[in-house]
Amino acid sequence: MTSPSLNAHEGHGAGVVSLAGVSVAYGSNVVLTDVSLEFHPGEIVALLGANGAGKSTLIKALSGANPRYSGEVRIGGDAVHLSSPVQARRLGISAVHQKVADGIVPGLSVAENLTLDDLAQATRRPLRSRGSAFADARAALDTLGLSWSDGVLGSDAAGLAISDAQLVVLARALRGTPQLLILDEPTSALTAAEAERLFEVLRALRAKGLSIIYVSHRFGEIEALADRVVVLRDGRVQSDSARPFEWHGILHDMLGRAAELSHDRGAAQRGHEVVATLDGVTLLPESEPVSLEIRAGEVLGVLGLIGAGKTEIAEALAGLAAPLGGSLTLAGAPYSPKRPRHAIDAGVVLVPEDRQRQGILPGWSVQRNVTVPFLRSSSVGGLLTKRLERSRAEGVIDSLSVVTTGPDESIDDLSGGNQQKVVVGRWLSAGPRLALLDEPFRGVDIAARREIGTRLAEIAAGGAAAVVLSSDVDEIFEVADRIVVLVAGRIELDRYADETDRASVIGAFLGAAHPSSPEGAPE
Amino acid sequence: MTARPRISSTKTSERVAAFVVKWGFVAVTVALILFFVITEPSFRTPENFFGMLKFIAPTAIAGLGVMLAMTVGGIDLSVGASAGFAVSIAAWTMVIGNQVGGVAVSVVLVCGLLIGALNAFLIVVARIPDLLATLTTMFVIVGLKLIIVDGKSISSQMTLSNGTTAPGRFTADFLWLDRGSIGPVPVPVIILVVITVLLWFLLERTRWGRALFAVGANPEAARLAGIRVQWYRTLAYMGCGLLASVAGLLLAARIGQGDVSAGNSLLLDAVAVALVGVSVLGIGRPNAWGTALGAVLIAVMVTGFTMLGLPYYAQDFGKGIVLLIALLFSFTFSRRRTVVTAGSTTSAS
Repeated sequence: MTSPSLNAHEGHGAGVVSLAGVSVAYGSNVVLTDVSLEFHPGEIVALLGANGAGKSTLIKALSGANPRYSGEVRIGGDAVHLSSPVQARRLGISAVHQKVADGIVPGLSVAENLTLDDLAQATRRPLRSRGSAFADARAALDTLGLSWSDGVLGSDAAGLAISDAQLVVLARALRGTPQLLILDEPTSALTAAEAERLFEVLRALRAKGLSIIYVSHRFGEIEALADRVVVLRDGRVQSDSARPFEWHGILHDMLGRAAELSHDRGAAQRGHEVVATLDGVTLLPESEPVSLEIRAGEVLGVLGLIGAGKTEIAEALAGLAAPLGGSLTLAGAPYSPKRPRHAIDAGVVLVPEDRQRQGILPGWSVQRNVTVPFLRSSSVGGLLTKRLERSRAEGVIDSLSVVTTGPDESIDDLSGGNQQKVVVGRWLSAGPRLALLDEPFRGVDIAARREIGTRLAEIAAGGAAAVVLSSDVDEIFEVADRIVVLVAGRIELDRYADETDRASVIGAFLGAAHPSSPEGAPE
Repeated sequence: MTARPRISSTKTSERVAAFVVKWGFVAVTVALILFFVITEPSFRTPENFFGMLKFIAPTAIAGLGVMLAMTVGGIDLSVGASAGFAVSIAAWTMVIGNQVGGVAVSVVLVCGLLIGALNAFLIVVARIPDLLATLTTMFVIVGLKLIIVDGKSISSQMTLSNGTTAPGRFTADFLWLDRGSIGPVPVPVIILVVITVLLWFLLERTRWGRALFAVGANPEAARLAGIRVQWYRTLAYMGCGLLASVAGLLLAARIGQGDVSAGNSLLLDAVAVALVGVSVLGIGRPNAWGTALGAVLIAVMVTGFTMLGLPYYAQDFGKGIVLLIALLFSFTFSRRRTVVTAGSTTSAS
């Protein structure tokens, strides 16, 4: 079983990177709370957590990218403050970020990319000979046991295959022999064989005494590689467990929310009339076709991690992107929306995943944010009518108890939860036939989540269908009447919420995500 | 359950700042006018008043075009070139083509729409960044103009390269665009006011205007709200091309010949006026009245400088300072998020 062991390794000597009470807040929004961890030489620590759990915040603080953290970081016993990536590297902490392409400067040679950090230190050798750059580059590759020809070193780095680019970035991170290496989803762009090559390199580095933080969603990799698993949730360390890993507990720690938020809604509603169907729809390029019925009168919760195909379902139904294969129906008729307008006119609305980028109009009033999809029905002969706009905005504010000074307040001045209520309320104000909500509770406080959940139950009771797509199992249990588990584009479970339980749902997750685990099935 | 009022945290200093942001530019304009009215007797005549407005009308109209491109988060650097193109095409149609003014006006307006469509194509379909696309269009249409007119200014009854005299001339109906007036109000001033009112109405009162602003504020959110983003961007650039050609028509009528260098100085003034317009009334987004008011401020300054006997090059310095102050208000001092996105750079408060 997973056991918190936050202070279990005290008193270790040189090379240990330790965090004590590290917190990060953006304004009043605390995203990382009191994290205390130790990373030992010769150890690979896997860092797990759902979206927004605080993984990238922790990595940013540790790699010097965000110097505004509180708490203490010690390296080999000495208290340090990590103020910039360059300084963190000098102190022995190197990070490789998820997007390999961001770490490669196209137009510069492979050798120059390998020795890129030297460019930042302009005091040394302003004029560098090609030979010395090559020598430095070769030394960098040597740490990975690689030797590339001069032809490769001299060529444009833009031409590197993604796995080779990954190695270049890794080799660069290992220059100056760091004590702690942070890898953020290093295999996300690699094939299985390329990933295996990377694992060999990492095992060799571990044997040399390097401490590695390995961030990944892939349980199989962690099982194969890691010595410890640390789970973050809601900005806190949820658990810290050593081998052998107990995957059930780890998933529970990762996906669940605090017990007080667990499912407490009334009797689940049962829908009967089918509103929309997916018929043999291919969600991901290499996944099998899936079929799904969406019924009026119930809230359907679709549970899946990033890349499971949730967003693809929403985009297909909302007219943002046609599915790769298969067909859709709406109210019994074939349905193929080409544009969001078609979907909106057909009564299908989408609360998009990224509120800031896809939802709100910054600098606009609450009222104008509410009415933007309904300009036609808010106007008479093309002329916007204040009364129509205001009544719709007031309706949204009332139905979801939006905390605001009124329809004319700027949306920028609302809290994240209230902004989300405005976006959700905007779409529900159309009286939709089918409401799709993609990760509607991200960055949303409990009260706002409750209000949104209640409103969804209301519209379902009123004969509409609501679909909540989320990666949080407790959110799903809180709002959904029926639960579908989506893993890698496949439906692994489709049950009514009151006919299943967390263990089965997590088991469905696990059975597919981690096939090597013998205890994958629910008990 | 109703909206709960929140405790307002507005401090006196913030309210003063908001007041300055909203009325500062108007106050400066009024102060400048008062200063010149008191110090320069020739300034306070009605002729001078309308003269100033007439003088600035082409700049203001081209500025309104840039403003329109800015509503969708874009910019158009080809307005000066489009206006210059309009000058030469109007002259060419009347003098070489021997057509009446009405035909010249129609041809010019169609050309303006086509230039706007070209910009829209480059930006919307070919996905070239607005700044670069319209910069390219600027070069292309300046070059095209010079090819069409053999690099020469076209004047009434000029001698052609084959030794004959050009058949046509600038017709009286065309020149009326500059010289005519209704009551005491010159035609260019009427055109400017009509365009300003129409644009204000379109942008602030109709759903199409709201959609244009939505595209500028957050194109992705606008798309998900069912707004046809590419269509509205196309409309904005075509509108901008049309307004630039109207500006060119007024310039052609004023000059009375197809001066090849006409319109060259229009671009910077037009962009400046549109940017000043964003901050003039503290609105913080492109708007028609602000743009017109910005143009008036520049007209007052230029006229006043001339009367004070300052050299012409002092005007550019003055305009630059006005623009700098406007940008400081928009980006630096304003608490609100500015949604001018010239070159797709958005600034937050």
